[in-house]
Amino acid sequence: MTPAVPDLSCRELVELVTDYLEASLPVDERTRFELHLTYCEFCRTYLAQMRQVLESAGELTEESLAPEARDALLATFRDWKKGSGGGS
Amino acid sequence: MEPPSVSEPAGITTEERELAALRAGDEAAFLALVTRHHGAMVRVATTFVRSQAIAEEVVQETWVGVLRGLHLFEGRSSLKSWIFSILVNCAKARGLKEVRSVPMSSLGPEEEEDAPSVSPDRFRGDEDRWAGHWAEPPAPWPDARVESSELVALVAEALDTLPQAQRTVMSLRDVDGWDSGEVCALLGITEVNQRVLLHRARSKVRAFLEERLGREGLP
Repeated sequence: MTPAVPDLSCRELVELVTDYLEASLPVDERTRFELHLTYCEFCRTYLAQMRQVLESAGELTEESLAPEARDALLATFRDWKKGSGGGS
Repeated sequence: MEPPSVSEPAGITTEERELAALRAGDEAAFLALVTRHHGAMVRVATTFVRSQAIAEEVVQETWVGVLRGLHLFEGRSSLKSWIFSILVNCAKARGLKEVRSVPMSSLGPEEEEDAPSVSPDRFRGDEDRWAGHWAEPPAPWPDARVESSELVALVAEALDTLPQAQRTVMSLRDVDGWDSGEVCALLGITEVNQRVLLHRARSKVRAFLEERLGREGLP
């Protein structure tokens, strides 16, 4: 049996993951992508790992502001307040 | 997330509140804003200048510019994008003064070879009935390690290994939660470029984690 649309290979799928997650795949490509996932456990794992990467990135805490930088910025802010009449 | 405020009239956005507090000279509001954007500002600045130390200086300069221009800000763009546009201007001006500044073209995806996201060796060859399918598939990462803070630490480490433009795009998108339009506008790149940079960055970070976590349970 020959499918109407050629099957997506795993090698192709890994290059489309970001487009898929960004919802920027054309509808037919998206269908091929999702069809492939229904039977390919390995690509499901790949996609799951990509999602785990994104979740972990979202939990990254910002590098904190060094105390010297913070003090310098506060000094700037106080000068500005004095000079601009802000804060009155 | 900010706690819901009880005394605010409806329709006043967080940003309008911040702006009013800043203009009133509220130090706590200023520090909150500085702290929230600091990491992203340093990262964006490092895209244009050569060292972390210079990037930190650019961030300081930016706040001076922001305060000086605060009375001119009309709210046509968001406060965040206004602050970051000042940052980019400061960083570029500074970058031009540097001996070895980063050329703007390095923000394009062409900075790099068109490397595949996963090594071709891991797929079956063309002669195979299942050409292009996994030969060495990824194995799920152990739950215990995914649930620990290990993954987060590994992502941080992986981000540091990325080329500058890729790191900036992935950090803004996935760490700071910016949307693609904001990133494109700030860096002056197209949606397509942005997606290519993001894709390369995320693919490399996944590969880095896979390498570190080991590919256990291969068939």
